[in-house]
Amino acid sequence: MNKCTERIYNGIVKENPTFILMLGMCPTLAVTTSAINGLGMGLSTTVVLVMSNMLISVLRNIIPDKVRVPAFIVVVASFVTIVQFLVQGFIPSLYDSLGIYIPLIVVNCIILGRAESYASKNSVVPSIFDGIGMGLGFTVGLTCIGIVREILGAGQIFGAQVLPLAENGGFGYTPITIFVLAPGAFFVLACLVAIMNVVRAKAEKKGKPLPAAQGCLAGDCASCGQSSMCTGKVNAASEKKENA
Amino acid sequence: MKELIIIAIGSAIVNNVVLSQFLGLCPFLGVSKKVNTAAGMGGAVIFVLTLASLVTSIIYKFILYPKYDYLQTIVFILVIAALVQFVEMFLKKAMPPLYNALGVYLPLITTNCAVLGVALKNVQNNYSILSGVVNGLATAVGFTIAIVIMAGIREKIEYNNIPSAFRGSAIVLVTAGLMAIAFFGFSGVI
Repeated sequence: MNKCTERIYNGIVKENPTFILMLGMCPTLAVTTSAINGLGMGLSTTVVLVMSNMLISVLRNIIPDKVRVPAFIVVVASFVTIVQFLVQGFIPSLYDSLGIYIPLIVVNCIILGRAESYASKNSVVPSIFDGIGMGLGFTVGLTCIGIVREILGAGQIFGAQVLPLAENGGFGYTPITIFVLAPGAFFVLACLVAIMNVVRAKAEKKGKPLPAAQGCLAGDCASCGQSSMCTGKVNAASEKKENA
Repeated sequence: MKELIIIAIGSAIVNNVVLSQFLGLCPFLGVSKKVNTAAGMGGAVIFVLTLASLVTSIIYKFILYPKYDYLQTIVFILVIAALVQFVEMFLKKAMPPLYNALGVYLPLITTNCAVLGVALKNVQNNYSILSGVVNGLATAVGFTIAIVIMAGIREKIEYNNIPSAFRGSAIVLVTAGLMAIAFFGFSGVI
């Protein structure tokens, strides 16, 4: 397998940001009320990720090491602004339903994490494919969670009624509305984490351990784009030691 | 005055920042193991969010609006990052007791999406500077309420026998879901 397809495979399957690495939980919980919202958010993030990976990789020898994190943030924020206006202009319905979460792509830890751990160390073409792979992996994750929540909460997939509703006392599906509301997001994610815990334990027994979860769910700062200049992780580490 | 009270109750309880908007989840899950640390984190968030919404509102009203409107995301994130670093340095030098209480939590807040989220929300809802500050303060109070309750529950969860798959963050997420249902009860208040 050459390097480019390897990066895409890596992003979608081996290190899937939603299922395996558990990154970017804010948007995962907030926008997956329906499959189409998840898909829209995933694709917007993919565009930002690909463009920022490309530019950061081009500039990787020019940006001084000490100010790299602020420089990355400016690059990412610029692309987020562009994407925000594109979505607002061409898909206004998506813009209305995603709302404030589009500009919040800036603080999505996947993007700064990839910039820090991959794009700033590798050449342009692999970085672009890394962005595509990670972005599509995130899109797949969000869409799957969106489909689950939409089926349970409304009996629909992509807005099409797949489970006939029980109307006028007839036989059919009664939607569990809570799954499209905020608490449902927590429950679905909790089940996902639990399933992944089982899968992880099985994989370890087989001698093929999965890559560790990195996001805030792991209680670890390693993946955060700010970790290099953050002094708070000292506290997190000491708390961990205390609990162990 | 009435409008300010509505904003305050709305952002602190009804649309709780963590439980219904999913902003600031990382510290909510990461720093909620003990009530003391959770309260410290809450204090730091109240401090930073209030200050950040004041500064970003002023910058938006007097510099960005209406000509450079499109720069808001870039300007806000840089201003917030610089502000948190500056506050940390200032507290270390000028108010050591406060720094000892809040200092370690401050850097954790820099990329907290709640701070940027509140700044953007103030712009989106067209709040005046005063309403913006009240909104920031109330959002942070809502965060503190949620994280302290969560820490209290987690201290008790320690003693329970949880199915092995749900140990760790899964059970915390289930707890957060139940808390979110409880907070849904407030939605009739406004």
